[in-house]
Amino acid sequence: MDLQPQRQILIVYPHPDDEAFSIAGTIAYYTKKMNTPVTYACLTLGEMGRNLGNPPFATRESLPEIRRKELVAAAEAMGIQDLRMLGLRDKTIEFEDDEKMVKLVEDLIEELMPSLIFTFLPGFAVHPDHEATARAVVEAVRRMPKAARPQILGCAFANDTVEKNGEPHILIDVSEMKMDKVNALKAHASQTAWMMQETEKRIDDGELMSDSWLNVEKFYIVDPDQYKK
Amino acid sequence: MQEVQVSALQNLLNSFANKDVYIHLETTNGSYAAHYDEKFFNAGAFIRNAKINYELAKVVSDSPHRVGLKMEHGWVYAQGITHYELDDKGRLLMAGLDYSGKLAIALEISETPFTY
Repeated sequence: MDLQPQRQILIVYPHPDDEAFSIAGTIAYYTKKMNTPVTYACLTLGEMGRNLGNPPFATRESLPEIRRKELVAAAEAMGIQDLRMLGLRDKTIEFEDDEKMVKLVEDLIEELMPSLIFTFLPGFAVHPDHEATARAVVEAVRRMPKAARPQILGCAFANDTVEKNGEPHILIDVSEMKMDKVNALKAHASQTAWMMQETEKRIDDGELMSDSWLNVEKFYIVDPDQYKK
Repeated sequence: MQEVQVSALQNLLNSFANKDVYIHLETTNGSYAAHYDEKFFNAGAFIRNAKINYELAKVVSDSPHRVGLKMEHGWVYAQGITHYELDDKGRLLMAGLDYSGKLAIALEISETPFTY
């Protein structure tokens, strides 16, 4: 892997497991191979997750604590040293005061002075929480002087992503860190157990996970000035 | 949570009648429903920590169950309830879990507010 060195990385996602699906391999490489400081600001605990099992392993009220523990374990799997849980509620981010959300990101940027921020690509992130999170990040960076801005890399998975944006600007082959990504995904067992069983079965069956989503992480470079309000 | 036993759940519902209680009511198809099926019309509702007082509660024996609460000036009901428990904080948690174990509806009743 050949990644640009970064002084400090900031990850801003709303749900425990967003990071595992989107960036776990890239982050593990930065933390474990390049000793890059990484802060993960996770806005909610995924309190409104739907998968409770049948028979159920959790209730609506016990799920947040389960997901908090999973998040801690996933951060450890990725080598993230600074995990912050910001205490918002799942599925409510877009209804928060927009300025409050921008300020929240501004405060993180001011404190950490990241050279790179990972979030979602506005408009192509499917979940309303993803969209609201990405909007806040992009607006916070847009308000900075250009020379001081960190780079923003956005993940996108809306069905029309490539049609509207072209291919992702950056493709990172994370196969070297695949086990770290698998371990991060497995840590979010309440969300991924069924899927990971299937995936491991395919490995046992001799099917390589070649060119699959586990081996490549894809990013768009976000230009904040394109999102001027 | 365990599968609904009508008489036991009815007794629990009765125990919260004529008290000021907080409710959590939620219906959901998940935020990705229209992503996986672009023809899917995604709708849902969520209310948490609304304070109500009901005078009559009924769980209907058809499974999945319907649960209705009659208030002085109105109604609350939930359709599709499959599981329930009285948790360690004395809250009555009811949920409708679909065949794959995903929550489709929740109705919860507590004498103290739920967390955030």
